Amino acid sequence: MSQVDTSHDAHHGDHDHHGPAPGLMRWITTTNHKDIGTLYLWFSLIMFFIGGGMALIIRAELWAPGIQIVDPMFFNSMTTMHALVMIFGVVMPAFVGLANWMIPMMLGAPDMALPRLNNWSFWIMPFAFTILLSTLFMDSGGPAGGWTMYPPLVLQMGDSFAFVVFAIHFMGISSVMGSINIVATIFNMRAPGMTLMQMPMFVWTWLITAFLLIATIPVFAGAVTMLLTDRFFETSFFSAAGGGDPVMYQHIFWFFGHPEVYILILPAFGIISHIIPTFSRKPLFGYDSMVYATASIAFLSFIVWAHHMFTTGMPLAAELFFMFSTMMISVPTGVKVFNWVSTMWRGSMTFETPMLFAIGFVVMFTIGGLSGLMLAITPADIQYHDTYFVVAHFHYVLVPGAIYSLMAACYFWIPKWTGNMYDEKLGKMHFWISTIFVNVLFFPMHFVGLAGMPRRIPDYSLQFADWNMIATIGAFGFGFSQLMFVYIIFKCIKGGEKATGEVWEGARGLEWTVASPAPYHTFEESPTITPNTVTR
Amino acid sequence: MTDSSAGHEQQASAAQHPRATSKAHAMVAGKMLALAVGMFGFGYAMVPMYDIICEITGLNGKTGRVSIAEAEAAQAVADREVIVEFTSTINASGSWTFRPTTREMRVKPGQTYQTAYYAENLTDRTTVGQATPSVTPSAAAKYFNKTECFCFTQQLFEPRASKDMPLIFIIDPDLPLNVDRVTLSYTFFNSPDANSTASLSPTLTGFTQEISQ
Ligand code: HEM
Ligand SMILES: [Cu+2]
Repeated sequence: MSQVDTSHDAHHGDHDHHGPAPGLMRWITTTNHKDIGTLYLWFSLIMFFIGGGMALIIRAELWAPGIQIVDPMFFNSMTTMHALVMIFGVVMPAFVGLANWMIPMMLGAPDMALPRLNNWSFWIMPFAFTILLSTLFMDSGGPAGGWTMYPPLVLQMGDSFAFVVFAIHFMGISSVMGSINIVATIFNMRAPGMTLMQMPMFVWTWLITAFLLIATIPVFAGAVTMLLTDRFFETSFFSAAGGGDPVMYQHIFWFFGHPEVYILILPAFGIISHIIPTFSRKPLFGYDSMVYATASIAFLSFIVWAHHMFTTGMPLAAELFFMFSTMMISVPTGVKVFNWVSTMWRGSMTFETPMLFAIGFVVMFTIGGLSGLMLAITPADIQYHDTYFVVAHFHYVLVPGAIYSLMAACYFWIPKWTGNMYDEKLGKMHFWISTIFVNVLFFPMHFVGLAGMPRRIPDYSLQFADWNMIATIGAFGFGFSQLMFVYIIFKCIKGGEKATGEVWEGARGLEWTVASPAPYHTFEESPTITPNTVTR
Repeated sequence: MTDSSAGHEQQASAAQHPRATSKAHAMVAGKMLALAVGMFGFGYAMVPMYDIICEITGLNGKTGRVSIAEAEAAQAVADREVIVEFTSTINASGSWTFRPTTREMRVKPGQTYQTAYYAENLTDRTTVGQATPSVTPSAAAKYFNKTECFCFTQQLFEPRASKDMPLIFIIDPDLPLNVDRVTLSYTFFNSPDANSTASLSPTLTGFTQEISQ
């Protein structure tokens, strides 16, 4: 102990590490991984309600056929902004926030590897989103050509397009910096003796996600830069008049875009791989195969992009290649679902809120995976493409998928963050109400989609009216039930039954060996890891 | 140990946290940054790669180009006839008359033919037009070769001027047997540098265009 004390005095002389600095400056200047994690999580919660508000505007307009509430152009910018906010402002930052909070604790590390960079990664985000959202109030309006920003349509947007590109560049810089930090933390900051195959699944999935981010976000940045120069500086990357090709944009975009959808789901896989074993009171079934499945999904995600482009008139050979490679992804995905189910098999299961959300995730994510498989069939996709069926597909994987995993994670770890148990009864209510409404909201979209209702159009023909009305009811129900979530969080921060360090009976991993709430600084002294230490 | 970027912790922390040195962090961060920068470059590299792939595969209906010597060397196939149809489209941004002088030709693969498209500038300004070709079915695209085409270069028009723009083509005798009808379609655009009539010099635009024709 004496040795530890000296070394810590020797290099901590100048800053207070026993607790946070007082006041607002704490949050602006902080380099503490827990503070930054908290900031990310609050940021995404706020963005969740902004993006959700946009979704409700969309659904309100679609309550009945005809144009009743908003101008079609504004409707289009709502669909565009809703997607950009939810993807880049909610799901991604929330996962980064969880990574900040949990990865150092799971690895037995005192902090992230590059704490100052970490502060920057976060504080860029509010600026990027202020810029993005402010385009809605500019003369030429917000982006309205869809989140995929296909030219030539997107190039017809007014001058505020420059701000959109600028905002995307900043979000990209933030994500890449955050990812570099995560990779450095995982490679360099593991407690001595912890091997890669002893890392918890959440850490593994984030390591792979970070690589996906570093490899694809710059491609996206390049694509939007090309749009910017086409729009303002007379290049012709995507303009046929100057020898360019608009279809090429789609290739570049989806080369980023498909890995991006896995960026939105791999950390969720990690979270679920913690929660199901905990509440089944069994170690994760098939840990090794989980790691390999995650890596194969990441690898395959680079060679399937053109399944978003089946209708662009690719040659038959390309259609077949992308069809089969896409279907191949369901193999490792299936391995994961199998392992989760096998983990539950004969476990002593209990159904606390995180477990409910996790089981909801497994069931409903699988529904989304199955509709994805249908879309992967080229001749079928020619029918389904750009209909509400696609909307149903990606909302099943993203809402009861990615978003449910985030809810599950919050309920699972909030006792560690606040030291208090959340209100279990309200949590369960939140789960059941959300689950009913989320299906009322998204399931009918399969039907109207198969019947031919196009996406991104504010009006529709009469035969789609009933299901759309039902979906809108689901939307408002789901949206407002999320206020419960906010209430439960505030209630838990203010007080509640005190949580133990372990929180959940038999929970495995280093994060449960520290007190609840986790002290401002954890693992200043490395834990000792032997091959038998339970770290996952 | 909360701030490893401080840099001075190496000796002090060695006993306590042998894992964390700022040098090791800089190594990893540097490699990752290099990957990010490389991938930004890769995004741009996809532009010429795409054009090359299109040219090799004939994907996107991009037609081939051969020299006159090559065309003369080809042997006409006497017992095969293919119908070539010509169509035209004017891009919304332009003010032109643009149409083929012949709608349809019966041709023998391996023999050289000539036809033309007529274009007229309907504005009172000097304007530069650019045509981009596309062939359907796309499987036929790489067998449709041109030795001379108005689409190879940008076309300058004085106000209200008009002209017939020649096209010399040859169908490769290897054209798959199941294809007996090929449609060549041109879209006529206002060239992006239409207003700067003086410069037809190669720009960034010209570069991509060279590859893709
Ligand atoms: C079993 C795995 C999956 C398969 C086979 C699959 C297949 C597909 C296909 C073929 C499309 C294109 C549909 C079209 O536009 O016509 C598509 C769209 C989409 N998928 Fe998936 N998918 C899978 C999993 C996922 C996951 C895990 C996510 C995200 C978490 C996701 C998010 C999306 C999104 C956002 C779109 C729509 C993009 C857009 O056009 O705006 N998918 N999927
Ligand atoms: Cu995809």
